[in-house]
Amino acid sequence: MDAPTPFERAAGDIDRALVIRNLRKEYRPGHPVLKDVSLTVEGRGMTAIIGPSGTGKSTLVRCINRLVDPTSGEIHFRGHDMARLGGRELRTARRRMGMVFQEYNLVERLSVIENVLCGRLGYVAVWRAWLRKFPARDVDRAFHLLDAVGLGDFATQRADQLSGGQRQRVGIARALMQEPDLLLADEPTSSLDPKTSVEIMELIARRAAERDIPVIVNIHNVDLARRFADRIVGMSKGEIVFDGPPRALQDAHLLQIYGGEGWLQ
Amino acid sequence: MTDVPAPSPPRSPARRVAFPPNWPARIALAALALYVVYACSVLDITWARFVAGFGHGARFLSRMFPPNFAHDKLELLYHGMTESLQIAIIATVAGVLLSLPLGLMAARNLSPLPLAWTARALIALFRTFHPVIIAILFVKAVGFGALAGMLALIVASLGFISKLVAEAVEEMSMRQVEAVRATGAPFLSLVIMGVLPQVMPRFIGFSAYQLDSNLRNSALVGLVGGGGIGATLFTAFQRFDYDFVLTIVLAIIAIVMVGEVLSGWMRRLFQ
Repeated sequence: MDAPTPFERAAGDIDRALVIRNLRKEYRPGHPVLKDVSLTVEGRGMTAIIGPSGTGKSTLVRCINRLVDPTSGEIHFRGHDMARLGGRELRTARRRMGMVFQEYNLVERLSVIENVLCGRLGYVAVWRAWLRKFPARDVDRAFHLLDAVGLGDFATQRADQLSGGQRQRVGIARALMQEPDLLLADEPTSSLDPKTSVEIMELIARRAAERDIPVIVNIHNVDLARRFADRIVGMSKGEIVFDGPPRALQDAHLLQIYGGEGWLQ
Repeated sequence: MTDVPAPSPPRSPARRVAFPPNWPARIALAALALYVVYACSVLDITWARFVAGFGHGARFLSRMFPPNFAHDKLELLYHGMTESLQIAIIATVAGVLLSLPLGLMAARNLSPLPLAWTARALIALFRTFHPVIIAILFVKAVGFGALAGMLALIVASLGFISKLVAEAVEEMSMRQVEAVRATGAPFLSLVIMGVLPQVMPRFIGFSAYQLDSNLRNSALVGLVGGGGIGATLFTAFQRFDYDFVLTIVLAIIAIVMVGEVLSGWMRRLFQ
């Protein structure tokens, strides 16, 4: 028998959980991309969201930190309803949610260390960003994180000189720099080769486990999801159609999520 | 390989036309040509006047030679020129500093729409009139002299650079901005770390170009009372000192060429 996964442990610390209720998003009125999705993510472990392109996975993750504004519904995290926050409150809540992007989204003309320090922008005063006078503690931590993701020697290089895998490591360091309580990853491996993809997923899983924070990751690759996630959520046409541990995910579920069947052989 | 099917014959025996005649374009071109002829006749533009003009021009040119390098003239030239340079540099610095916030306000992907449209309307207003016309207004408002010329060039710089800044901001990668926004950065920090790095090289390019253009225009605004070398040039014309006019023109050409080299060098430096 396998050891119980964090999902199965049904962790008691509900105050660390992310609770989404009836989340709905319509980019065009009457055409919902998310159809009243409800989802509770416990305070630790990796939750992978799988599903075909255009099914609302990315919208779901972006609603959590409000890069996308939901049409209706609630997103409770650490005592706030993210869906109702605005202005300073929203920024304060956002800085505790690190995000890793498919295209890395580094500021290309900034150096690697500047990109990592961007993770502190929610904490430091504007003049410090302007003069690059980040607190010494932040700078030390940025170097430490770069060492931890294996890019200590690249600190002063411009971000656009790095390879895809290296950029994604910087993206992860930037997210961790926020000292997040939750890590969001929107297709973090889709632009990477298979070997680098595994390394990036390992890095995300390990760093999140060290911080003991939950990860929500959108991912195309079902094998990677099975390998790294503690829980898999399958989405189709804006709704959750599967929710369970990786070993419960059968071919029948994949057919339901992705449709068709020829591709499974 | 003998059983490749032959291409099927065209369904219709009629020849297909690759380039059908574009009748609307032909009619428009013909109408334009007719209008040019009509406008020339209305404005009394004739070959005879053109030929006569050549004669006047030749006499005018002959009176310009040799250029006048007398000591008192060079002093006038020097004063006018330094004033023009000062006007151009102050106007560029002030215009550049003001155009960054105005350009950011006008970018529709960054600022709320009402603010963006207000800023755009302001920029459009600044760009409506040529610097010379704005200079005339400022001469009326604040009197003859360098202040009027400087204000006119600030307005011109603002109109030009903020429009280009707004366009550069609208074309930047929103992904990079989104990532900085996701860190919980306040708006100004977002601008500093997410927006400026993306638009700075182009902004410096616009500014260098505007310095170049302000150098030219600082001579122009002087003609209508805005001070600087333009004022000196105007006086020389009024006094029929055509040999001194040539000296001034040569000096302006030299300054403009130096400015062009400098601005090109500045742009390369910051790419």
